[in-house]
Amino acid sequence: MPAPYAKLALKDDLALFLTSPSYINKSRLCNHSLLCKTKPHFEYFFYYLGNFKSADYTLQVLSFQLLCKFTCYPVIIDSRARKYYDLLLKISLFIKISTMQKTIEEINAKIKAGKAVAVNAEEVIGIVRNKGIARAATEIDVVTTATFAPMCSSGIYFNIGHPKPRMKLDAGKTFINDVPAYTGFAATDVMLGATALPDSDPRNKEHPGDFNYGGGHVIEELVSGKDVRISASSYGTDCYPRKKLESWLNIKDLNEAVLYNFRNAYQNYNVAVNLSDKTIYTYLGILKPRLGNAVYCSAGQLSPLLNDPYYKTIGVGSHIFLGGGEGYISWHGTQHNPDVPRTANGVPKRGSGTLSIIGDLKQMKPRWLRGVSMQGYGVSLSVGIGIPIPVLSTEILEYTAVTDHDIIATVIDYSKAYPQFTSDVIGEVSYGQLKSGVIQLMNKEIPTASLSSYSGALEISNILKDWINGGLFLLCPPVKPIPGVKDGEATKPFNYRPVERNNNH
Amino acid sequence: MKVARKIVLHFPAQLVEKAIAYRLVKDFDLQFNILKASIIPDSEGFIVLELSGEKDAYNQGIRFLTRAGVKIEPLSQNVSRNEEKCTHCGACLTVCPTGAFEVEDASRRIFFNHDKCIVCGNCLKACPPRAMELHF
Repeated sequence: MPAPYAKLALKDDLALFLTSPSYINKSRLCNHSLLCKTKPHFEYFFYYLGNFKSADYTLQVLSFQLLCKFTCYPVIIDSRARKYYDLLLKISLFIKISTMQKTIEEINAKIKAGKAVAVNAEEVIGIVRNKGIARAATEIDVVTTATFAPMCSSGIYFNIGHPKPRMKLDAGKTFINDVPAYTGFAATDVMLGATALPDSDPRNKEHPGDFNYGGGHVIEELVSGKDVRISASSYGTDCYPRKKLESWLNIKDLNEAVLYNFRNAYQNYNVAVNLSDKTIYTYLGILKPRLGNAVYCSAGQLSPLLNDPYYKTIGVGSHIFLGGGEGYISWHGTQHNPDVPRTANGVPKRGSGTLSIIGDLKQMKPRWLRGVSMQGYGVSLSVGIGIPIPVLSTEILEYTAVTDHDIIATVIDYSKAYPQFTSDVIGEVSYGQLKSGVIQLMNKEIPTASLSSYSGALEISNILKDWINGGLFLLCPPVKPIPGVKDGEATKPFNYRPVERNNNH
Repeated sequence: MKVARKIVLHFPAQLVEKAIAYRLVKDFDLQFNILKASIIPDSEGFIVLELSGEKDAYNQGIRFLTRAGVKIEPLSQNVSRNEEKCTHCGACLTVCPTGAFEVEDASRRIFFNHDKCIVCGNCLKACPPRAMELHF
């Protein structure tokens, strides 16, 4: 346990000291001293040097609290303690502090025995507030997080089985309910994306287009067990002579049907507004002119990556709730971008982290995979995802106790800044403010709307909680962490390199 | 006693080109505020309006319309929410001009208040899962 002390002592204003109770009494700092809830025989109190008026103060107390695994009270600066620094640092090496540490194996053993305690990421806030972090950490094993919102980078792949005579769908054209599918794989493998539209859809020819039906709706119908129509054409070969295929397909007849989403569960998201003089139709919904409304899209305090801001438990291989069934995290998502401004408690204020996820479509439910239409924009798929966070330490629990008021989102103008890809930010608001129904920006009261279903996320977090408490769902330790802060993973803009037009071609 | 109700008047094809609504004002001293209308010559039409006035006059006005062949329905039956489809996301909250959608406090489910709906239709296309349905 000595390491944290040395670490804390590295910075002059972030030093940790030990001193005896008598010294504290003498210095009349008792009420303000950092009193760790220790065992009765513990004879030392900690002194913590920090500028408690600075914005970092909360973070410093929090970091200290996490490092020493105890609930702490506010501290006051006492420069006199500095002279004891070396001595006290040495003393600290001899003091044993009991820490709360659990392993996923231990938690799984409790789940199997039906003794695990899971709570959702909303309930955990009150529990930590009432019982303190140390006690809550010993009582809670898992915190369930969730989100249910349109997630465009979603899709399915499936194998239709070989028809008689055989046909290679690849390099031909394949449509499912008239929605174009991608078949650039082996003969009978098909991939269908959530945002694909039938060729016959008028798009935005008459703006704003309706976008009533597309890939997301096909996925929902397939999951519902409805027949969908495949129509495919190809060129025919000696081994795959068939050139046309027109048939009904049902999910139960497919060899494999897999939901594979390469970017889901954005850690945080823009709040969209419209500064222009006309209504605009965006992927974040209808935005009224002159700051007429603001639309956000996050489950906030329930959202998976906002409860594990540094990806300490969520990683490749994590076992999750996906679309009403089970799934796994397969990789970090595309545009994963952890190096963004963060609040003192580590929560990103911008989009930041993303996840790529995979799961067996056959056991999923249409309730949690819903085709959606965004007027004037296109189609998508609303995906329900639930991720359990194992309470391996007080630090991890502390992160899950984050509230809507602690989570900040960035307000962006979708009439100009977003489409022109400039970095202009209108302001920052908390999810607490967003959920109040009105935010204040540029001297205006702006009513808010949401695209992410909080009540849906709450329901998922409760389903996952029931699965865990009922011994039906085990946790998987990640086999590889997803890239964190300063790991070198950053989203780059498109590198535009004009192509020289060559008349010889 | 004054009454004010939102109603939908359905005009059969043969009535579409006859002037009827003005008589509500002239003969029965009623006030109306047209919220939405669709009138196509030689075809069926409808008017959504808020009709108000003294109770007796109001009832007489309604009787006059019924006798003239106009079918009358209360407005709230005309936009409804398909509960199976609604995901309670909240995209409808700021597109409704009358604030008919409200967030229930703890659950954050979205409550659709029929009484406030004026059947403007804004929510129909703004709803991502297309849960809001227009019925005639």
